[in-house]
Amino acid sequence: MLTQLSTNQDPGEGIRDRSGGYIGGSQHHAPQKQRGQDHASRLSQARCCQRRARRPVEYVQKNVSLYKFRNGIPLTTAAAANFTRGELATALRKTPMAFSVDFLVSVMFMIFSTLIIDQNPYSVNILMAGYDNESGASLYYIDYIATLHKVDKGAFGYGSYFSLSTMDWHYRSDMSVEEAIELVDKCILEIRSRLVVAPPNFVIKIVDKDGARDYAWRQSVQDVATAAV
Amino acid sequence: IQIFEYNGSAVVAMVGKNCFAIASDRRLGVQLQTIATDFQRISKIHDHLFIGLSGVATDVQTLYQRLVFRHKLYQLREERDMKPETFASLVSAILYEKRFGPYLCQPVIAGLGEDDKPFICTMDSIGAKELAKDFVVSGTASESLYVWLMLALVFNKCFYFQEADELFETISQALLSSVDRDCLSGWGGHVYVVTPNEIKERILKGRMD
Repeated sequence: MLTQLSTNQDPGEGIRDRSGGYIGGSQHHAPQKQRGQDHASRLSQARCCQRRARRPVEYVQKNVSLYKFRNGIPLTTAAAANFTRGELATALRKTPMAFSVDFLVSVMFMIFSTLIIDQNPYSVNILMAGYDNESGASLYYIDYIATLHKVDKGAFGYGSYFSLSTMDWHYRSDMSVEEAIELVDKCILEIRSRLVVAPPNFVIKIVDKDGARDYAWRQSVQDVATAAV
Repeated sequence: IQIFEYNGSAVVAMVGKNCFAIASDRRLGVQLQTIATDFQRISKIHDHLFIGLSGVATDVQTLYQRLVFRHKLYQLREERDMKPETFASLVSAILYEKRFGPYLCQPVIAGLGEDDKPFICTMDSIGAKELAKDFVVSGTASESLYVWLMLALVFNKCFYFQEADELFETISQALLSSVDRDCLSGWGGHVYVVTPNEIKERILKGRMD
């Protein structure tokens, strides 16, 4: 899922600054996150739990906007990436721990500790891409255990084994947009031919001085109208 | 999985004559996959103090940020830089704070103390300090590094008589040879040679595999 962090709309104080950022993310272990969320929805009437960020990408989006409103200028890509990394790193060590005196006590503690500790580690890998007027385009790789690194090319998931190799061979730092799209298409071709569980459809988005936008779709399965039963 | 072998690393520090050298590899990996070949493991705390952190990259970054913060506070209060021995005790204390949920990294600290006397030490992930007179190693390639540096000690003169350039040669050769035998570290090297007057930073080109 791709989410747009900020748009190139004026912040309202007449400061014209254009930047766009995207997070490319992939869910890692969905079931565990869902469990925490159910607790929240069931218990939120009983206690005011602050569920700070069940969906980390939305949380980062809103914080980036907040910074823009407060300060009049958008966050740089590096700052947004470091902020995201900080949030993931903080959540990483907020795991409910049970010191078992009695087995039943420790089980109950584990269940109810999500009330006391209102976070658990995020299970999301992030590729954050942005354009700043001063430093140009940049891409940040953020692992689900909050490893941050600035990279030229990145990939996550099973497809990364094929894409990274393709990009290692063909990538040049002075590529034009057309050449980059060709490279992306080569990666998509690799994934489609080599990956057993290849996803059928891909979206290509571009982030540059004019903001973030959808560039193209590469679909092999399109929505088909089905007959009503 | 072995958590200390998750990202792969090699860090080494050596003492010379009124100087020290600290070196690391440049690979950032996720088990068998290489993500980047320009990862910074050694960080400067102040002009005469460097810390190299091996282990899980996320804790390397978190611990580095915490240590820089603490050192900057110290600089504001004391209006001077921290001595390497003091800094080593600080790192040890910070690591032991998390005794039952530790930062999964092993630091290597190298600095020039009073009278420009070089100081190196390493510690494990819960802060057990290990001072050494000649060299310290850390990371997945540590066993080979021990061997190479012990050999250099035995067959050449002791390190603390070596000048900066000779020290650079010794540490570079030891690092490159050791990471060639370790699949989780390598992709070049990063060496800092620090004398009382200057810091020389060099990138080594080794086997890129």
